[in-house]
Formats: sequence, structure tokens, C-alpha cells
Amino acid sequence: MEDPAYGVCTCRGKKRRGLLESLIFGLIGADTHSLEAETTSALPGLLQGVDPRLKLVSLLALIVAAVSTQRLTVLAALFLLAVGLAVVSQIRLARLVRQVWIGVFLFSGVIVLPALVLVPGETIAHLPLFGWPITLQGLRSASFVIGRAETAATLSLLLVLTTPWPHVLKALRSLGMPAAVVAILGMTHRYIFVLMQSALQMAEARQSRLMAPLDGPARRRLMLTMIGMLLSRTLTLGTEVHAAMIARGYRGEVRLLDEFRTRPSDWAFLLATLAVAATILGGRL
Amino acid sequence: MHIPDGYLSPSTCAATFAMAAPFWYVASRKVKAQLHTKLVPLMAVVSAFSFVVMMFNLPLPGGTTGHAVGLAVAAIVLGPWAAVLSISIALLIQAVFFGDGGITAIGANCFNMAIVGPFVAYAVYQVIAGRSALTSVRRVVAAGVAGYVGINMAALIAAIAFGLQPMLFHDTTGAPLYAPYPLSIAVPAMMIGHLTIAGIAEAVAAAGLVAVLQRYEPELLDLTASRHVAERGWGQTRGLWFGLGLFMLLSPLGLLAAGTAWGEWGAEDFADPAVRQEIAAASGNVAPPAAVPAGLERLSGVWSAPIPDYAPAFLKDERLGYILSAVMGSGLVLLVFVGFGALRDRRSQSA
Repeated sequence: MEDPAYGVCTCRGKKRRGLLESLIFGLIGADTHSLEAETTSALPGLLQGVDPRLKLVSLLALIVAAVSTQRLTVLAALFLLAVGLAVVSQIRLARLVRQVWIGVFLFSGVIVLPALVLVPGETIAHLPLFGWPITLQGLRSASFVIGRAETAATLSLLLVLTTPWPHVLKALRSLGMPAAVVAILGMTHRYIFVLMQSALQMAEARQSRLMAPLDGPARRRLMLTMIGMLLSRTLTLGTEVHAAMIARGYRGEVRLLDEFRTRPSDWAFLLATLAVAATILGGRL
Repeated sequence: MHIPDGYLSPSTCAATFAMAAPFWYVASRKVKAQLHTKLVPLMAVVSAFSFVVMMFNLPLPGGTTGHAVGLAVAAIVLGPWAAVLSISIALLIQAVFFGDGGITAIGANCFNMAIVGPFVAYAVYQVIAGRSALTSVRRVVAAGVAGYVGINMAALIAAIAFGLQPMLFHDTTGAPLYAPYPLSIAVPAMMIGHLTIAGIAEAVAAAGLVAVLQRYEPELLDLTASRHVAERGWGQTRGLWFGLGLFMLLSPLGLLAAGTAWGEWGAEDFADPAVRQEIAAASGNVAPPAAVPAGLERLSGVWSAPIPDYAPAFLKDERLGYILSAVMGSGLVLLVFVGFGALRDRRSQSA
């Protein structure tokens, strides 16, 4: 049985979403993620109170440290540090489990699981049923990959959940990123939601006009036509936005406001995280 | 294809950043020169499109589904340099804001999906599409093959980066610190998935989208189809060329004309009684001067025509002489204009 084009089909006893439903759920999910990020960034937590520029540098340093460390214990400590930062920043662990940990574990787990038996080394156990040797090196390698991916993804999510996107952009600007790139990133972020809304409306409009399931080629045409129309709307939108910017005095020079003020506590947070990262990197831990 | 943090070593990440940086620099220069003040708004909305299009799941032949990166579509519609920028921006937002792809691996992801993929796809598209018309089926096939080859080349580069990790980075026990599989496993494992599902998804997306644009918005394919000279040069002017050829063939009809062309007299014509009579008849019976005018006599020796009276010396047949003269004359005029065109193109490129 093929996927339904619309609705939720009970195919062979399993509930499966149609293509349009999957698209709509995906678009709504991305929108929800953004709304939740805005909500959590306004909570009175530790990371929310840190200057965005120093917070960006601090979290990037910890991510680099997590990717660089050669010890699983250090990696575990960094993961716990990330969890601790989440807790003191009022980020619920359930959110991290849902948004990061399960997804990363499943994705990376599938990829590195064969490494347990494929990486040569000292045998520490045998795979039940098959009897294949599980090596210490394979287990350590899989742990490194999953641990690094989980820790880095957690720290990345903490940055987004505790910092409004415009502040992240201004922080990037203060780190030397060209103003035009920062402006494009800011506008891209805004228009992602405009285009997602447009795609959502197209999907819902098409869904409401479908009277029967479509066959494979028809479903393919449906999605491709939607993408084509979205591209056409995108380019029209670009022209309109450009005209609006020109009308408001834009002549190609991007100017961004930067009203951040650092406090001693911000610098203390930066020094603490840099000390951790420097110890790991400098000590080759 | 989105490489997360932890799969590549920091030195590999730094190397891929360094490899991507020149492309970003050149792309920003080229696209800014092309778009001027439109750079920021157009790149922003196109980057947003690149992001959103990755959320579309396409039904593939065989019953499965897959999502496309859209690297071929971006290169075909915008050109490779603009595709580099827009896909890079989309990947950056995906990594930072949505956690799809690692922050330390942004350079690698951009190098694979925003640089290698679009450039390969663009080259394949141009080679296959050639000078075909914007609405030709050949362009649909070219886009499909371009998407397929582009995404697979990107996957191959990613697989090689993965496969190099266990050769270069181990801990004290010999355990690989990053992606654990050697090239002999990483390349086939990565390529099987991309040669089948992901490659077909990209091919379907590129070919299907080009087909849709051909039907509804063919002008969107025009930007990168600058080589569709056939349509402009031949397709639109085909009738003119046929007409020119017909006139050349009909040029001997001039032999049937009686009388003389008024004012087109040579110095020797004034001494020929028959021609003098024709001159007088064509001039309202006013007799021409008895002698050759002094100015005409002086200047008539300045230039000797290589083919006087449209009759080359080596051709016995007057009609063939007329046709050959028509071909040579038209050819010389065309050569002059082709030369001017080439000069103008060179100046506009250097400006």
C-alpha cells in the first residue's frame, strides 16, 4: 500500500500520514520550535541573562572542547555541564530529551552501531545470537561519536533556546561576520516563516480540494508543482522586498544597531567557560 | 548528508572551512556585482526557499519517499555562485537554529552541499542541456542527471572525509576518535544510500521542477541558459537566414533588368556610345558630358574592385558570378558585425 496523498491512512493496521499531512506537520513543527525558542529565551535563567556575544563565544568554546577531547570522562563531564546549564536556565530536560537526545541517539546510534563489531581491537564480549566479537575500540569509538554529537547538539540548542535570533545575529556581527551576511541571515530567518506559511496555505488549499487518493506520479507532480510555485512566489517576494527597501532609503549599505552592554557577571561566565575549554584543549584531555 | 558535530575532527573542520572560504568570498563578490542592492533581499528569500524546500518529502518511483537538498535547482535557476551563497545561508540557519547539522561541521556541510554539489550539477546541466531551447525535454533530462550527479559527488566528498578520520585520529587504545569507518566501508555505505534514494530524490526534484518551470515560468530558466544561442541566434532568426539565402539565389535576376543604374557610371562609360545613349535616356534625354568629368577620372583609379560588375574573372557563368558575389558580400557584412559583437562582449565583461 502506498502512502496516502492526504489524510491519515490506516495502512495494514499502521497509521500513516499522507504527504500533505507530513508536510503540514513538519512546517508547523518548525514554527512551533521557533515560538518555543522565543518563549524560553525570555525566561529568567542563567544563560538568558548573559550577554549574547559572550554567551556565543562561551558556548562555541565548549562545543569545540567537546569535539576535541580525547577522553570519554571529559566528554561526559562536558555533557553534564551542558545539562547543568540547561537546568539553571530553566530549560526543561524533557524538552532536551524530545528535541535533541532521542533524535541524535537514534540517528548516530544507527550509524555507529556496526562499529562495535567492525572496528578491530580487543574483544570484550560477543553479540548475542550472531556471536560476533564486540571490541573495546569499537565501543569507545561509538561512545565518542554519540557523546560528542549529544553534547554539541545540547550546547547548540541551549544557545538558541536562551537567545533571541536577532541577538544571535548581532553577536555574530560583533565577532566579525560581515554586516551583509548578518543582514541576510536575519532576513532569511524572517522569510523562512513567511515561506513556510505560504507553503502551509498551499498544502491546506490543495488538501481541501482532494476528493480521492492520488497515484504515485500524481503525488509527485503535486509536490513538484507546489515547490515550483513556491519558487516563483519567492522570487516575486524578493523583488517586492527589494523595492520596499529601496523606497525606504536602502542603497546597499547595511547598518545594524548594537546596543549590548556587558556586566561583570557576563565576563565571569566567559572566563569560566574559556578556562574549561582551554584546559581541555591545552592539556590534550 | 548533514554532518553533525563529532563526526569530523576539529582539524578536518578547519580544513573544510578553509576550502569553503575562497568560494564564499568569490561568490559574494560575483553575486554582489550581479545583483547590486538586490543582493541582501534576494539572497535572503532564496535562502529561505532553500531551507523550506528541504522540508518537502517527494514520493519516489518504487513507493518510497525522500527529500531533496535542491542544490541542482538552485544552480540551474540562480547560477552556481548564487547557489553557493543561498544554500550556505540555509545550512547555517539549519545548523544554528534548528540543530540540523553540526556547528563545527558547517564548513564541511557547506563545502559538500553548497559548493561541490551545485558546481557539479551546474556543469552537468550545461553540458547536457547544451544549446537546447528553454522548453526542451533535453533540459528536463539534463536537470535530472545534474541533480543525481551533484548530490552523489557531494556525498562522495563527505564519505571521503568520514573515511579519512580513522586513519588519522585515534585515542591511546587505538579507538577511532571520530567517524569510525575506513574508506572501504564509509564510501560504499554512504554511496549506496545516495546512489539509490537520495540521488533519485534530487533527480526527481530537479527534473520535475524544471518541467514545472518550463510550463509555468520558463523565464526563470533563462538566467543560466545564456548559452541557448541556438534559440536566440537560430530559432528566432531562422526565417531571416532562409530569406537571405533565397535572395542570394535570386540575385541573378538583376541580369534581366534593362537600362542603367542612374549615377553608377564608370569613367569608361562616357566613351561608349551605347552607354552614353542609356545615360541620356535615364537622365530625361539630357546628354552626358562629352568628356569624363575631371574628378571622376581622377578618383576612379584609386580603387580597383576585386570582382568588378559581380563577375569574377574565373567564372564563365554570369549567374554563378552574381550568386558568389552575393554570398561573399553578405559574408563580409556578417563578419564585420560578428567582430563588433565580440568586441562589445569583451568590453562588457571587462567593465
